[in-house]
This record gives sequence, structure tokens and C-alpha cells, in this order.
Amino acid sequence: MAKVVAELKYSAEHEWVATDGSGPANIGISAVAAEALGDIVYVDLPEVGSTVTAGETCGEVESTKSVSDLYAPVTGEVVEINDDVVSDPALINNDPYGAGWLFKVAVTEEGPLLSAEEYAAANGGEL
Amino acid sequence: MTENYTALYDQHKLAGASFTDFGGWQMPLKYSSELAEHHAVRNAAGLFDLSHMGEVWVTGPDSGAFLDYALAGKLSAVAVGKAKYSLICQEDGGIIDDLISYRRAEDKYLVVPNAGNAAVVAAALAERAAGFDVVVDDVSAETSLIAVQGPHAEAILLTLVPAEQHSLVTELKYYAAVEVGITVNGAVQDLLLARTGYTGEDGFEIYVPNGDAAGLWDALLEVGAGHGLIPAGLACRDSLRLEAGMPLYGNELSREGNPYAAGLGPVVSLKKESDFVGKAVLAELKELGAGSTSGRRLVGLKGLGRRAGRSHYPVLKDGNVVGEVTSGQPSPTLGYPIALAYVDVEHSEPGTALDIDLRGKPEPFEVVELPFYKRQK
Repeated sequence: MAKVVAELKYSAEHEWVATDGSGPANIGISAVAAEALGDIVYVDLPEVGSTVTAGETCGEVESTKSVSDLYAPVTGEVVEINDDVVSDPALINNDPYGAGWLFKVAVTEEGPLLSAEEYAAANGGEL
Repeated sequence: MTENYTALYDQHKLAGASFTDFGGWQMPLKYSSELAEHHAVRNAAGLFDLSHMGEVWVTGPDSGAFLDYALAGKLSAVAVGKAKYSLICQEDGGIIDDLISYRRAEDKYLVVPNAGNAAVVAAALAERAAGFDVVVDDVSAETSLIAVQGPHAEAILLTLVPAEQHSLVTELKYYAAVEVGITVNGAVQDLLLARTGYTGEDGFEIYVPNGDAAGLWDALLEVGAGHGLIPAGLACRDSLRLEAGMPLYGNELSREGNPYAAGLGPVVSLKKESDFVGKAVLAELKELGAGSTSGRRLVGLKGLGRRAGRSHYPVLKDGNVVGEVTSGQPSPTLGYPIALAYVDVEHSEPGTALDIDLRGKPEPFEVVELPFYKRQK
């Protein structure tokens, strides 16, 4: 079963958010979502310097079988994107919580986020 | 919807498959990674459960004449031992299904329709049999179908065939079938082996009674492991057939479409003397230039960017809708997006620049010759 990392928070749209309270938040998609999508072959990320809004779409993730919107789990300015994942989207399947991270945001406001327990309970992941 | 399970369902579950509904059947979508399965079939071998496909026997002295009437092709001209790709059409020329018919004897054919259409095809055949001296027997429920596809398929299969019968396999031609002894559960069983497939690679399809299906599946996995064989699901079956430019019923073929628009004109035998269901309308459509000078035509599209078109996305020329995608995805073998689409015939020439409307963003594509991928022989 797909892993859910206890230290992270999650949106209902399957993005995870890592915050340490000081620096920008790191954002990716959960292993549950990566597994459901299948092999990811393309990712379209927001541009550095743009502002994303919690709950709104900010990019796309394309697998061999389908295209899905990427939703911003927080509001704020995008300060960095993961160029490695753009050139090698399989990183999202292989290491969704590590090398497969997507972008970082200087958060002004968090969207409604779930704890790992809540997310796992709702989506069948394994803590 | 009725959920049907093949005789291999437990095998798939044990192998960790994720499942999808296909034509009313719970079928393995993939076991691990659909890309890995795709590459295994192109470079080594893949093992497919196709037991959801139908099997209908047609026997009796009028078998050839009956199938000439019921199907669009001239089945009476098929030599015993050979197979033919054909269509079963409606009176209005619409396509009920595409199917493969194997002539097993002068008076005996095996007709293989698609999963979702098996019952409809069996019923249409039974109805069309009125007045012919034939028996139509739908054995889909008792019959499993296992495919071994890929460049190593022959070597894998031979390990289960007695040495004195090897030449039956090695000399078997594409679109031909033979009864051959295959070792299942320690005993040699005579099974129908066809050199056919839906992947663009060399390969075989084996018809086996449900009771022996799991034994054959396990035996092939065991002897195939050293040849790079892995179980392969419907996700890679779709990407493989798309690269090979093969139509999928429900995507490229439908009751609303017609064979000429689908590029399947050569499958329709207007020349055969006998009447057949749909003949009058199909002759008219051909006269009108359907798929060549009028209407839309199925073409291959190659993406110039990285984004793939998907089924039902509009195809644009200078911002105007001139067609619709029926199947599309990134090609794992070729490394660029590919699609099949119906486009207005005036924009169907290879080299024509078109766009696919990707959810509001036009993405450049170019019309190319089919198939996208052809194996080296």
C-alpha cells in the first residue's frame, strides 16, 4: 500500500506540504496519487515568482494514461521549482516525498490541510 | 454492470495487479509499471490474459458461405489453417465489431470478437445464420486466451512444446494457427496456437480451456523468466497497439463510423459475388469517396512538443475544429506523443501541420503515415 509520511500535511487533492515554520514550504504529490496516476511522463509547474492560491490549479501532471490538475495546497509566491522533476518526471513515481518534490512556496496562507492520519484514513494510504 | 472474472484472476491478484473494468470484465491494468511492461514486450516478452475476448465456433457445410454473408470480408477464400481480420457490419455500414476468424477445417471456423461485443456478435451471427446449414456455438465462457508477445515469444513457447513439434511453431506464419502439444501441469495438451497479436511484435495467442488456464499461465511465467518475460496488463496493451497503429473498438471503430473512414476499406470485399450485411450502403459510401474525398479519415498524428492529445480532444487547423482525437498518449518506444484522430479528408495528407486542443492550449502535431512503430524483421 502507498506510503503516507507522518511528518507531512496533505491537501484533499493529494498534494503534500512540508513546513518547518520558518522557510518556504516544500510541496509535492503523495505516493497514493502517484500510484493512482501510473507512470508520470510530464509535469507542468508554476513559474518561479508567480503567486499560487490555495485550492486553485497551478499546473498539470500527465501520466501515460491521463492528465490531472495540480492544485496549490497553500497561497504564496513560488520561490523555487524542481528542475530535475521537469526533465525526469519518473522521480515522482520513484521518490514522491524526496527527489520527486515539485516546488517551494513562501506561504502567506495555508489552505485546508489534513494530518497524515486524516489523509491516510480518507485515501487508503499506509502510515 | 456485470463483473466477469477470468480463470486467471487469482494469478493476477497474487502478482500484485491493479485492476480495471474492461467490457464488463475485471482485467489487470498493470502489475508494476506500465512503461516497464511496454518495454518488456518490445525488447523481450510479455504475457497477457486475453480471456475476456470471445470465441464463437461456426461449423457446418455452409460455414464459408455463411461468414461471407455475415461479415464484410471473403472468408470462404481463406485457406484452412489461416486467419483473416474482418468486420461485422450493420445494414447501414456501421461497425458492430472487428474480429479475427480462423479457418480450422473446410467446414469449421473460430470467430474471435472483442470482450465487450462478444455476446452481441454471437447473437448477430446466430440471427444471420437463418437459412444456412451451420451451427453457431459461443464458447466464450469456457475458453481462456493467453498471449505471449515479443521478440523472445517463440523461444519461450518452444520450451513447452515437444521437440518433434518444434517445426510446427517455427514455421507457423503470421495470421495462421495450428494445433500443437503444449506441456501444462506435467501433461502435453493439444491446444490451438495462433501467430497473431495486438502489439506490433511477433507473438502467439493460445486458446485453452478454463481449467488449464492457470497451469499454462504459471508454466509460461516460469520458463519465460529467463527470457525477460513479465506479465503485462491492459495499459501497455493499449500503448503497444497504438504505436502499431491498430484500431481499438470503442475508440476508432463504432456503429456510427464506417470502414472507409477508418482506413479499413481493403477489409471490405465488395467484389465477392454474394450479398453481405451492409453491402449496399458500403458500396454507396465507397462510391461517394468516404474517407478519401469526403468526410473524415483516420490518421496518425505525431506530436512536435511534449504534450499528448487524449481521446475526444478537438483537432484544429488555424484555430478551426477539423477533427477529433480517438486515442493518444506519449509513445514509450518513440519518445514523442502519438495519436489517432479522425480529421477532414482535406487535412489528412501526411506532412499536414495540425494542432490538438489540449484543454484550451493548442499543441502542434503533424499528420504521419501509420503505423507509428514497425518492428525490425
